[in-house]
Amino acid sequence: MLFTSYGFIGFTAILILLYYLVPKKCQWMLLLAASYLFYFFAGPEYLLYISATTVTVWLAACAIQRRGDRTAAYVRENKETLTREEKKVWKEKGKRAQRRLLVLCLLLNLGILAVVKYAAFAVANVNALFGAAGLERRFSIPDFVLPLGISFYTFQALGYLIDVYRGTVPAEKNLFRLGLFVSFFPQLVQGPISRFGDLGKSLYEEHPFRAETVAFGLQRILWGYFKKLVIADRILTAVNAVIRAPETHGGAWVLVGMLFYALELYADFTGGIDITIGIGQTLGITVKENFIRPYFSKSIKEYWRRWHISMGTWFTDYIFYPISVSKPMLKLSRWSRAHLGEVVGKRIPVYLSSFAVWAATGVWHGASWNFIVWGLGNWVVIMVSQELEPLYGMFHRRFPKAEGNFWFRAFQVVRTVLLMSCLRMFDCYRDVPLTFRMFGTLFTEFNWKIFWDGSLLKLGLSAVDYGVLLAGLAALFAVSMAQRKGSVRKRIAAWPYPARAALWYGLFLAVLLAGAYGIGYDASQFIYNQF
Amino acid sequence: METEMEELLEILEDLHPEVDFETCERLIDDKILDSFDIVSVIAEINERFDVAITAEKITPENFNSAKALYALIRKLEDGE
Amino acid sequence: MKKRKRLKIAGTVLAVAVSLILLQELLMPKYIYDITEGAMIREYYGEAKDHDVVFIGDCEVYENFSPAVLWQEYGINSYIRGSAQQLIWQSYYLLEDTLRYETPKVVVFNVLALQYDRPQSEAYNRMTLEGMRWSASKVKSILASMTEEESFLDYVFPLLRYHSRWSELKAEDFRGMFRRERVTHNGYYMRVDVRPAENVPEGRILADYRFGDNAWAYLDRIADLCQEKGILLVLVKAPSLYPYWYPQWEEQVEAYALERGLPYLNFLELTEETGLDFSQDTYDAGLHLNLSGAEKITRYLGAYLREDIGLADRRGEKALADLWRDKLAAYEQDRDAQYEKYGMTPPDR
Repeated sequence: MLFTSYGFIGFTAILILLYYLVPKKCQWMLLLAASYLFYFFAGPEYLLYISATTVTVWLAACAIQRRGDRTAAYVRENKETLTREEKKVWKEKGKRAQRRLLVLCLLLNLGILAVVKYAAFAVANVNALFGAAGLERRFSIPDFVLPLGISFYTFQALGYLIDVYRGTVPAEKNLFRLGLFVSFFPQLVQGPISRFGDLGKSLYEEHPFRAETVAFGLQRILWGYFKKLVIADRILTAVNAVIRAPETHGGAWVLVGMLFYALELYADFTGGIDITIGIGQTLGITVKENFIRPYFSKSIKEYWRRWHISMGTWFTDYIFYPISVSKPMLKLSRWSRAHLGEVVGKRIPVYLSSFAVWAATGVWHGASWNFIVWGLGNWVVIMVSQELEPLYGMFHRRFPKAEGNFWFRAFQVVRTVLLMSCLRMFDCYRDVPLTFRMFGTLFTEFNWKIFWDGSLLKLGLSAVDYGVLLAGLAALFAVSMAQRKGSVRKRIAAWPYPARAALWYGLFLAVLLAGAYGIGYDASQFIYNQF
Repeated sequence: METEMEELLEILEDLHPEVDFETCERLIDDKILDSFDIVSVIAEINERFDVAITAEKITPENFNSAKALYALIRKLEDGE
Repeated sequence: MKKRKRLKIAGTVLAVAVSLILLQELLMPKYIYDITEGAMIREYYGEAKDHDVVFIGDCEVYENFSPAVLWQEYGINSYIRGSAQQLIWQSYYLLEDTLRYETPKVVVFNVLALQYDRPQSEAYNRMTLEGMRWSASKVKSILASMTEEESFLDYVFPLLRYHSRWSELKAEDFRGMFRRERVTHNGYYMRVDVRPAENVPEGRILADYRFGDNAWAYLDRIADLCQEKGILLVLVKAPSLYPYWYPQWEEQVEAYALERGLPYLNFLELTEETGLDFSQDTYDAGLHLNLSGAEKITRYLGAYLREDIGLADRRGEKALADLWRDKLAAYEQDRDAQYEKYGMTPPDR
């Protein structure tokens, strides 16, 4: 079920209605039932996967909790008799047992993810290797159905498990409550990846009907649909026209494709997240923000703190830190400081761990080389800018006024957007050599006249479409600017009734009339679906 | 003890000479320390204090100020 | 205070509902000047419903039979519930719909529709279904007709389907919001121009000449319904040269008509009797008849209905005669205007 299908809208509307009709105690159970029903609509066979993940993570987390409690209780009871050393040994023994459970459950669930998502990719690569080595043998490429949102819910469940292991959150004893956390349906389509500590409590709480919260939630949903239907799905036609026919769309076209894709991805992804957060809010549930105006970032590093935040922090907390401060890594760092010098030694943990993170981020986005190269491209850019830091420092000392200068900041923002757009070409063309070739044409084909000779009108968008797009982007930009001063909806709520009613009705009409949906428009899947 | 705290401040100031670590209490919340900085600090602490800060100890509470970080180091040294 | 709030909500709901309805009326295609086929089904509801004969079917009925001639020359009051590419289940449900208002003595159905067993095209569905008044028959017809990409909700709220038409609105869309001009003469679509039929292509070879089960099932339902209501069902095959009418198809229909005891007139085989001349009587090289062609085969049909079926001459009924006087005037006016438009001299009659 797509966010933009009538089915999804009807499903959500009925759910919201029921949610405030059933006894408050049952609200979370209704959500669980709805989430599983939603998943059932997406594909009955998927239920098996999500249930397996839920049950194994539940079992492992409970066992980890019990083991930890037992150790703590033992140490507490024998406080007087145990020496400090003995206590330490006991604690370590407990931790080891917990770690075994953790690793087992991680391997199992990552194994499921690896098999359904990456087996085909792995086998294809093995076959290619055999081919390169001149061997005849080929394996048949396995064909698994990819359950909706498997990367999202697996990561969310495993994040919870690691949190329990770390003692950050207590294990949830009720299987069904955990089941809701893993399957909460607005998140299944394209995230975000919530933490149990953030989302858990508000999922199970009783939520009385509050007109204002519900109104805010609905407004957020509407805004999400505006971004998605009016902007993203419209511009998608042009993006596809450019990137699906690379042979005839080199040079300046590549720039067009890059920028259109940047807009499309932003509108689609943030619009989807708006819908998710809005549904949550309508139900009284707080889902954490996943974007903070990322295209206003002044560096790639900052960009990644503001784009798809829940994924970035997941990778930082559960991959980057554990690797970079692990004992072997610290040892390696010491060793290299001694043997390779301070300069290299210092960098080893950061370089290696961030390499791992970006490789993983690439793989997470998709089972193909273009995503891996894309991930590592990000790594290279971040490392280079990290190394250039002293140079920037020198620049700012030389020109102290640049920091606060509007044009300098604008330059930084444009630079960041362009850099990210260049990297995203791997994602557009889905083919590494082709991406490099197309990037090359930027410097060899000088067909800049396409910007004014009417060629832009041959991408499947009419002049009216461009007009709608421009208006939509202007609205988007205005709202982004206004957001810097706090909640836009709150300020609108203070307007006189006729004015705000007209505004929201106007937005509704804009989605209804200018939305690219229904027959004649491709019902495009969310780009982040099925990750 | 005084010297250990000073050493910690030295590590931090090495990374961001412009920040006053003695008073700042929002190092993480205000995004003064990023993940790369945190890892460098942990590596330095490991080097100089022989204390291993594991991933689960990396929380805003522990890293928001030099004082909090110092308290964490002391706790770990005591083998809690 | 509470009262004011209630007033506010009621006012908002009313304003939203009214504006959306107006918007929907504005954005829906009116089918008045370009593709008039889309306006045909709806016109029926404004009629006095006392017809002796009702035609159901696709363009092979609404372009080939002229109710005006049936009245003028035989005193038979008839109406064509035709629409472009009307699929057989749509014909069935239109018949159900018609029977809610009247029970004619004869229903004429054109058998070419047997060729389609599955939903075909969204655009044609729209033209047939949108004009129908809401009823169980309309719901069933929609459900039976939808192609995979369509959704029922788009029929309930056509605004969802036509939402992007705002950029192509014409004056007729505004005018047509409140008043629709007539586009047919009792369902007949008139054309007077001539484009002779030459080199009619042979039908391409089909893998299977049997009509589909679904199509047969609906023909059965049409026949059953007529039987139940005491209506004589007359099967016809219009004389159109194209789409090609295969001998294998003819055999099946003949066998069916025989089995169910239904009269069947194949006008393709009656050209001598009707005097149809494809160098004169078609406006698009054999697909459809023009006025002169339609009047020729209508005369044949009228004679058949009078002599073989025994339908009475009702020209003596005053109310009906008055009604038809106006209709005939409009018919002649349209005819003369078209002769002028195409620069033709009206044939001597």
